[in-house]
Amino acid sequence: MSDTYTLYNPTVMDHFMNPRNMGDLRDADGVGEVGAAACGDIMKISLKIRDGKIEDARFKTFGCGSAIASSSMATELIKGRTIEEAMTFSNQEVVNALGGLPPVKIHCSVLAEEALKAALEDYVKRHPELAERAAAAEPVSA
Amino acid sequence: MRQVYLDHQSATPLLPEAFEAMRPYFTEYYGNASSLHQHGLRVRDALKKARQQMAALIHAESEDEIFFTSDGTESANLAIKGVAYANERKGKHLVISATEHPSVVNSVEFLEKQGWTCTRVPVDREGRVDLKGLEAAITPQTVLVALHHVNHDIGTIQPVVEAGKICAKAGVPLYVDCEASAGWLPIDVREFGAALVSFSPHRFYGPKGVGVLYRNKRARIVSILHGGVQEGGRRAGTENIPAIVGAGVAAEVAARELPQWRAHTAVLQKRLWDGLSRDIPFIKLNGPIPGPDRVSTNINISTEFIEGEGQLLLCDLNGIAVASGSSCVSKSLKISHVLSAIGLDHALAQGNLILTLGKDNTEADMDYVVETFVRIVDKLRGMSPMWEEFERGVIDSVIAPRGFGKSFSEHAAAVSGKAAH
Ligand code: FES
Repeated sequence: MSDTYTLYNPTVMDHFMNPRNMGDLRDADGVGEVGAAACGDIMKISLKIRDGKIEDARFKTFGCGSAIASSSMATELIKGRTIEEAMTFSNQEVVNALGGLPPVKIHCSVLAEEALKAALEDYVKRHPELAERAAAAEPVSA
Repeated sequence: MRQVYLDHQSATPLLPEAFEAMRPYFTEYYGNASSLHQHGLRVRDALKKARQQMAALIHAESEDEIFFTSDGTESANLAIKGVAYANERKGKHLVISATEHPSVVNSVEFLEKQGWTCTRVPVDREGRVDLKGLEAAITPQTVLVALHHVNHDIGTIQPVVEAGKICAKAGVPLYVDCEASAGWLPIDVREFGAALVSFSPHRFYGPKGVGVLYRNKRARIVSILHGGVQEGGRRAGTENIPAIVGAGVAAEVAARELPQWRAHTAVLQKRLWDGLSRDIPFIKLNGPIPGPDRVSTNINISTEFIEGEGQLLLCDLNGIAVASGSSCVSKSLKISHVLSAIGLDHALAQGNLILTLGKDNTEADMDYVVETFVRIVDKLRGMSPMWEEFERGVIDSVIAPRGFGKSFSEHAAAVSGKAAH
């Protein structure tokens, strides 16, 4: 038998087997940890933010193969983005970049989006001046 | 890479002698057993022989008590619905254990939607049914008690002989699902006092596509498939002769080899669990310890702080084929109902792996699995926020509590805003 069959596509398998950005960040500027209500799995994303930009990102995941791959991909995608850009990050971007996930596994990518947003919220909470600036800027951008 | 197949609960390779016996029934002896000419009569003979081989495996009195179906699921459906419908006038109540196979559970749920009621008898933490509870659950309306011989998930051997006595006293037929035991443990339908017994030859090196239902002549049952009068009118549909022939050969071999297969897998089972429990901290065996209360082919473990699907995938990439009861591997995103029934903590159910042994596994295979699994656990724990939080003292272990830190479940509920499960 020469063929190898895999549960997920090659991109997902690659990110599962060789996850990018796995670990924690010392002195992270924002940390988000969330759980999936559907299956009970847990994901944590840590961010290093400099000049309003995500300079570095790390993840840790207790979850299935697609949850690990989703967190790996999500941390890859958001590096270099501004906070505003990252705020609109959606799980669909992870799904697309991974070349698709099985329907029952879409919620694993949602977990990645939620962990990222929780990390950003944590950052904003630690920097109240950002919220004020955003509020002041609102009429202009609207 | 070494290949270690540890999913014999799902399928086994076909015995070469069974395959040889089947071969002519595809191309030469292709007759239909219902036909009245030479072609039909020849396969009728083969069918009779296979019935005898099945009867011998389970010590049935006569081959006339053996029905062939398409698989174990159909046998369970026929046993439950067939008896329920046949005895509708007597009553519409069923009794099952909390850890039956889905083919039993879902057949019962189907009947519940049509007005039947069912009592699910709890099991203890090792999965053994509560016999007093079973006895108490039987009412004058009860038409069937269903209890498996060996649990498909955690390998617990049920006290079927005692259950049989309770049922005999109450005058209620007992159905024993022997899917996980046939070929691996001796089965004597008369000793069990069973009115019905089902099993699948593909669990003991027979082909897929055939299931067996034993029915004691005194048990009333109606057909749930309607058509011709095959199988004494209890199961319409053309018999799958090649599979039935192969199944008969497999049953004969299993009856002969069972003591050796059992002794061999018992040695492997012990070696595997000894190795895993020695080399991996925070690992738990679900179900009874290897010995008289557990089938020799099953190891069901929970490794703390990591999830089961990742373990399964990494095992597969290392040539090791296993199964898992984690919610992440199920399409319904629910953990195995057996693990819930034994009261296993959600965190441990998520880290579940099911390894089922066969006659061709070796001791070197077991050592390879232990060695490889140590690396897999290290890799996944290195990625797990739970492991890190455990090491920092934020959460506690369920398996070996240190007495400080939140439980995993409390922690999961806190971060997801909802309780796990
Ligand atoms: S995280 Fe549980 S199914 Fe993906």
